[in-house]
Order: sequence, then structure tokens, then C-alpha cells
Amino acid sequence: MAGDATKTLSNDVLWGGGRSPFSISYGKMMMWFFLVSDALTFSGLLTAYGFVRHSTTEAWPIGEEVFRALPFTNGSFPLIYVALMTAILIFSSVTMVLAVEAGHRMDKGGVIKWLFATVLGGAFFVGSQAWEWSHFIHGGGGYITTTQGDKYWVHNDEHDTHDPTAHDSFHLVKAVEGHYLKGEEGAEHLDRNASLAIWNDRVSYVDGANMRRNEYGPPQYANFFFFITGFHGFHVFSGVIINLIVLIMVVRGVFHRRGHYEMVEKAGLYWHFVDLVWVFVFTFFYLL
Amino acid sequence: MLVRDDVIEYSLDAHHSEEEGRKIRRKIWLVTLLLSVVTTVEVTLGAYWKDWFDHSAWNTIKWTYVVLTLVKATYIVMSFMHLGDERRNIRAIILVPYALFILYLVFIAIWESQYIHWLWETYL
Repeated sequence: MAGDATKTLSNDVLWGGGRSPFSISYGKMMMWFFLVSDALTFSGLLTAYGFVRHSTTEAWPIGEEVFRALPFTNGSFPLIYVALMTAILIFSSVTMVLAVEAGHRMDKGGVIKWLFATVLGGAFFVGSQAWEWSHFIHGGGGYITTTQGDKYWVHNDEHDTHDPTAHDSFHLVKAVEGHYLKGEEGAEHLDRNASLAIWNDRVSYVDGANMRRNEYGPPQYANFFFFITGFHGFHVFSGVIINLIVLIMVVRGVFHRRGHYEMVEKAGLYWHFVDLVWVFVFTFFYLL
Repeated sequence: MLVRDDVIEYSLDAHHSEEEGRKIRRKIWLVTLLLSVVTTVEVTLGAYWKDWFDHSAWNTIKWTYVVLTLVKATYIVMSFMHLGDERRNIRAIILVPYALFILYLVFIAIWESQYIHWLWETYL
């Protein structure tokens, strides 16, 4: 790109006053400073997650075992839904950078087209996250602990967690220690009567997830899930609102009159940052 | 046009012609392709690595993930956020302080946590 940033200038000229030593506008620089501080917030959260995960002596849940559901299906698709969400966010980042590029050519129609696509992608992502949360909270049947301390995974085809025994398909499977939604190696699905006997001997039944306990593992696992993906989801939500406001201003011709589309670029910086954070959340929360 | 002539308008620096735009768009799609391929590799590895490798491979896979993530992050920051097109001093002001903090946080997350883990295993 042409312009001041690519010019070779001596330090005396660059820092001599009357110009920005960074050859960058005030607004863009402040957006970068904000993003650095916001990045540190997210780094703090992911570090806290890593710290708890490494220091705990309990078994920690595995991403591809917890996140394996897809809407409208019943099968097991490990990480596919999260990958889909990642793809949506990356592509809305691409449409954003195309909107910025169109702005650099003062192409108002192009900016409107790509910015609209970006808003749409962001809205899709927020919706996907709502589904993910709903699924995480409802869970996959839950597990019981017996008076002997044994854990059993609770099954019924209707996924009813209020009264699982009410269904003919109700049965239990002996669970692996630490991973209660997984049968032990070669563990059989108990028949209904044996299951009912163990069910009546239970001391607790944990299903789904809340802030106090969850069926996936230690309480901190769900807490970090809610906090990290929730904080990120809030960023996406506010990003969609910001993009929408900028889109309306573009349509009204505010930036065309101003002579440049830098506002789209600044909103774009924030939007790419949200995508950047998700890349890290995806790796450190879901993959590792 | 509301462009001011009493100050340097840095906002106009990024303007480019139709010709240059075509080149920039080509680059954008190349980066998109790269990001998609890397994500696909990550997900496929996450879903099937147990069928392909034995358990001892996990450590290698883990670090592969970290490296792939850093590759993605570099392309997003340098290309999509145009930090690569800025002057070198602003790049340093954004990246260096952040990197210093991150090294410290990584130390806490990996090293200190191992010590706490050892404490709990030993004394709890």
C-alpha cells in the first residue's frame, strides 16, 4: 500500500513533531491499544484455564468426547460443530477484510455487500453458540453415584433427565473413572431390572451442567466453558452491533462524504480480533 | 469531501487503485485458503488421531496444535489486520509488550501449575 507508512523517513523527521511517528491515525492507534489490553484479558482467562487444568488431580474432560453433537442428528460427530462455527467466523473475517478493501477503492456498493455478509456471519455464529450452550447445559444423560461410590452412565433414548426411569429404553452402563459419559472398556449395557436396582441405590444424580457441578468433569470445567465462550460470545455480539451501526452509516453515505472508509477499517480490526481470539479458544479449550 | 489539509491525513494512505485491489483480493483469498486448510487439518487430527497414532503421540500432536494456531494467528494479524503493512515501530509497540506478558503467563500456566499439581498429589 502506498502512503506515509512505506516512506523512508529519518528519525529526526519522524519524531520531530508535526506528524505521527507511527504514520497512523489517532483512531486506529487507539483501537490497537484497546485490542492489546483486551487480548491480555483473554490471555489471562486462557492462562487460568491452563493453570487449573494442569494443577488439578482430577481427570479432565476431553474436547472431542464432550462436543460431538450436531443439530438435527443423533450420531457422534466429534468437534464438527465447533469446526463449523470456526469456519463461519473465519469467513465472516474474510468478508470483513473484503469490505475494508472495497472501502480503500471508495466502492460504496462493495462495502455494503461485504459488510452485510459480515453481519450475517456474526449473527450465525452467535446463534450457533446459543445452541452449543443449550446442548452443553442439557447434557448427554448424566451419571449416578451409588452408595459404594461406583459411577454409572444413565441412558434413555428420549434423553429425558427429569425422570429417566419412566422410559422402556432406560438402562445404565458402568462408567470410566473421571469420564462418566463413557462406558468402561467392554462394559455391558445393563438390563432394565438390574439398572433399576442400582438406580434406587444412588446417592446422587448429576445431569447436564451448571455453575456448581456438571456431568463432564470437575466443576471448573463448566465454569471456564461458560466464562470463556460467554465472554467471547459477548464480544461477537457487540461486534455484530458495531458492524451494523457502521453498515447503516455506510448506506447513508457518511464515510463517502468524509472521503475515506477508515471507520470500516477500525470496526474491521475489532472484528478480526474476535476471530483471532476464537482461534485460540478453539485450540486451547476444544482441541487440547 | 471533508478531508483536512492542515494535518497529514493518514486515513487516506490505504487508498488504492482497481489494479492494486485485484492483487490484494487475490492475497486475501490465498490467506483464506490457508486458514481453512489449517483448521481442517486440526479438526481431522482431533477427531481421528487415536485411530492413527498410539497414546505416546499426544505430546507431539499437542505442540503441533500450538504451532498451527500461531501460524493462523500470524496470518490474521499481519494480513487481515494489516499490521504487516504498518511502520515497523507501531508493529513493535503492539507485539513486544504483549509477547513479554505472554511469556510470563505461559510460565505460570505450565511451570507453576505443575508445582501446585505436585503439592496436591503429595499432601492432599
